[in-house]
Amino acid sequence: SAARAMAAGGRSWFRALALGVSFLKCLLIPAYYSTDFEVHRNWLAITHNLPLSQWYYEATSEWTLDYPPFFAWFEYALSHVAKYFDPKMLVIENLNYTSRATVFFQRFSVIFTDILFIYAVRECCRCVNGKRAAKDILEKPTFILAVLLLWNFGLLIVDHIHFQYNGFLFGLMLLSVARLCQKRYLEGAFLFAILLHFKHIYIYVAPAYGIYLLRSYCFTANNADGSVKWRSFSLLHVTLLGLIVCLVSALSLGPFIVLGQLPQIISRLFPFKRGLCHAYWAPNFWALYNAMDKVLTIFGLKCNFLDPTKIPKASMTGGLVQEFQHTVLPSVTPLATLICTFISILPSVFCLWFKPQGPRGFLQCLVLCALSSFMFGWHVHEKAILLAILPLSLLSVQRAKDASIYLILTTTGHFSLFPLLFTPPELPIKILLMLLFTVYSFSSLKSLFRRERPLLNWLETIYLIQLAPLEIFCELIFPLTPWKRHFPFVPLLLTSVYCALGIAYAWLKLYVSVLTERISVRQKAE
Amino acid sequence: MEKWSLMAITVLLALTVRWTVSLGSYSGAGKPPMYGDYEAQRHWQEVTYNLPIRQWYFNTSDNNLLYWGLDYPPLTAYHSLLCAYIAKLINPDWIALHTSRGYESQPHKLFMRTTVFVADLLIYIPAVIFYCFSLKETSTKKKASICALCILLYPGLILIDHGHFQYPLSLGFALWGVLALSYDWDLLGSVAFCLALNYKQMELYHSLPFFCYLLGKCFKKGLKGKGLVLLIKITGTVVVSFAVCWLPFCTDMEQIMQVLRRLFPIDRGLFEACMFSSPPPRLANIWCSLSVLIKIKNIVSPQTQLKLSFAVTFLSLLPTCIKLTVQPSLRGFKFALVSCALSFFLFSFQVHEKSILLVSVPVCLIINEIPFMATWFLLVSTFSMLPLLLKDGLLLAYAVTTPAFLSLCGASFSILDKTSAEDLQLKPFSLSMKGYVSWFKSFPKIVRSLFLLSVTLMGVLSLVCAAAHPPQRLPDLFPVSVSVISCLHFLLFLVYFNVVILWDSKNSRSQKKIS
Repeated sequence: SAARAMAAGGRSWFRALALGVSFLKCLLIPAYYSTDFEVHRNWLAITHNLPLSQWYYEATSEWTLDYPPFFAWFEYALSHVAKYFDPKMLVIENLNYTSRATVFFQRFSVIFTDILFIYAVRECCRCVNGKRAAKDILEKPTFILAVLLLWNFGLLIVDHIHFQYNGFLFGLMLLSVARLCQKRYLEGAFLFAILLHFKHIYIYVAPAYGIYLLRSYCFTANNADGSVKWRSFSLLHVTLLGLIVCLVSALSLGPFIVLGQLPQIISRLFPFKRGLCHAYWAPNFWALYNAMDKVLTIFGLKCNFLDPTKIPKASMTGGLVQEFQHTVLPSVTPLATLICTFISILPSVFCLWFKPQGPRGFLQCLVLCALSSFMFGWHVHEKAILLAILPLSLLSVQRAKDASIYLILTTTGHFSLFPLLFTPPELPIKILLMLLFTVYSFSSLKSLFRRERPLLNWLETIYLIQLAPLEIFCELIFPLTPWKRHFPFVPLLLTSVYCALGIAYAWLKLYVSVLTERISVRQKAE
Repeated sequence: MEKWSLMAITVLLALTVRWTVSLGSYSGAGKPPMYGDYEAQRHWQEVTYNLPIRQWYFNTSDNNLLYWGLDYPPLTAYHSLLCAYIAKLINPDWIALHTSRGYESQPHKLFMRTTVFVADLLIYIPAVIFYCFSLKETSTKKKASICALCILLYPGLILIDHGHFQYPLSLGFALWGVLALSYDWDLLGSVAFCLALNYKQMELYHSLPFFCYLLGKCFKKGLKGKGLVLLIKITGTVVVSFAVCWLPFCTDMEQIMQVLRRLFPIDRGLFEACMFSSPPPRLANIWCSLSVLIKIKNIVSPQTQLKLSFAVTFLSLLPTCIKLTVQPSLRGFKFALVSCALSFFLFSFQVHEKSILLVSVPVCLIINEIPFMATWFLLVSTFSMLPLLLKDGLLLAYAVTTPAFLSLCGASFSILDKTSAEDLQLKPFSLSMKGYVSWFKSFPKIVRSLFLLSVTLMGVLSLVCAAAHPPQRLPDLFPVSVSVISCLHFLLFLVYFNVVILWDSKNSRSQKKIS
């Protein structure tokens, strides 16, 4: 009965956390929303009114459908609820239509579909071992993990203020991770295949899934030294996996292949015509690269190495335009970014193959894949950092080393999301929520690993503290200065460059820790 | 986790909720010609900035008192002046004399919301934090934060301050007063309470417990020795703080009299806020609820109304006040704050529905002693303001924060398991009643089902109010039923609080006998 009482207690705190964050999401309904709101309204209208064959051709609005078919079907299903709220939002020509009912419906659809995310978080919490069971509920790893995931700052502002449907998509991903941790490989693969056909950005982490499934599901045994036992290859398992992936893909893409629209879909899904960097530079390697180019240009002009007439105008005045023209450094092509991404992912994948560490190794590889593609990918959005932050939460509550990487990555990654919300009424919300999450993550992880050495060294601490003056300068001081009119891009530039340093550091630190890690004896025995 | 990081998280959460609520609508948004409390506050900034102090409370060609004339004590006026100086820096149009009337814009809303937010952050929230740390029962680090979280997330105050629009300063100062008294800093407490009183005359609801507690304390020390010294000190402090607050008005007697006339417009008619005026009766006051059955106004003359309400209020206050003077204790003081304010709310005249907050805040202070009853009361008090909130377009915020508060209190105090007579502090009462009543055994069950019934009723009625149209013959059906139901609740609560207060002595005496 004591165990049951504890289980009941466990359920109740989880329910309280989930309920609390859902209430907060409801309070955010009147907040600002970005153009993504109109994007999704438009998709509702397209899928509701047009036959399948025109979904990927319709272009009345500039926000054409550019997600894979499952997401289109998802919008189709939503539209059948939407018509009871306000049928006018389902008219394709009703561009930028935002009645109260539309706002409520769209916001509630995000909050409602987040139930899947909540369920996935609960499954993830079950996977975390309770060895560190503390008497105080606040210091249990499962509790901390639940807060870090459910109350994640990035997810809150991107989904519930900026407006997107990342919640249930990450729910699918975390659920598939949880299934893999529970050794329910087929389910995990199935969920991930579905996820890929909802939003193709998750293809960044597909190598981790592929190698992990191959290594631990298709090969059923290891040698004594941990290397793969080639004889244990199971044809049945490979067939099953292949079947699942093919079936899901057929279900999603099949109709469009029959219609002969596959090239059109692919051109919509992978728009390489967009620039190297998104309108706001995501804090990745290319932000540093671009910044370096600017610095060199200015330096070159000062020392008369460069001819001022040859410099493209846009690069110095416009600042953060989509098409960034490099003046000193060589321009970057999509192929180059692809190669860079591939090379940077490779070591982590090798690690997963040669140093199998079970679910933990898989998660490390997943995070590294996400981070590497974030660092070097083409036209990366700053929101994509969540793809690394959320899985890393799972690792952070289990080892002090990962916790310190997590703290650096989340703080800088979340800070880099600030430019998403630029309207004055949302300024206090983003600062308060960010502080809330940061204070919690620091104090909870610190108390969880209080017996070990400090999580951050002095350099890292100084770097993170510097974010506060940076924010004050960018949001409060800079708008009052005369530079605002001539160099409006400076705050964004500073933010993305400064954050890029932190994220690159976290990425390198994680890579080093994964590469230098030794396989423990216990795992060898497995 | 450390004590302070827990408290920091609590405060950040409370601030987040406050700001998200403030994204919504405010009182009188886009409703000319009179607008609402938001415009009143803005108008006061305009008046205090542009006119000399002599004219603030007088009807002049520049100061039409019929249009939101200043009717709060001087501190409110000074605060408006301070805000006006900041407004002037940002955009002079906001407070331009005459031309700014009814000014509404997104930046101005942001500015006004920020002033409330800052006032809350500087005065009310610190008081709550220190109060929770001062509680003896909350010596464990977790309890203090939980207690603070429940108090700070009380939806009534958030919705009125950050939604409807009002400054939490008078309640904040009163809280500082209670805090100081609980540390035995009597003079500081008196100063804080004088500030509260000079911010809003409605703080008079709390004046009797403050007065009786301090007087009782003097009596206890002996009126010939230390007590007399303390009494003189306190009197001096009160006189000095009042004098400082009123200094600019002390130039001549007419000024002071005019301010007083503005603060207490007795000639304005007694029940103006509720039953007989054209807007529907929304107040959960006893007179308003009675007016559903009897038209008091037709039977009794205004003078008699005044006397009647005065007499009933006085009678309902008397037992608590005597008790507190004779046996001053901190616990008794807190309970007396609740019961006196509730008596005033129920029986006195010229009450506004927002005045229930004057009862709610003291109830928040005893939430760790009687979590079940406190939660129940706080829910009812929020519910009683529903018609006001609906008028202001705050339905969403109400519908979110109230269930959130209920589940928060339910989770952190497990209120449904704390319904025994002992948990409700009714042990002495039940002991003295044992001979007469036999149903006390099933008391917890009855209380629990009553609570569930009441919560369901409030939930259903909120839903109906928000969604359904009233029948044409009875356009005020929903507001009236809200106020009658709340009034019934409040009457029961008044009885309950009085029982707890009056039977408290027997408890301590019997405990002494045992020891």
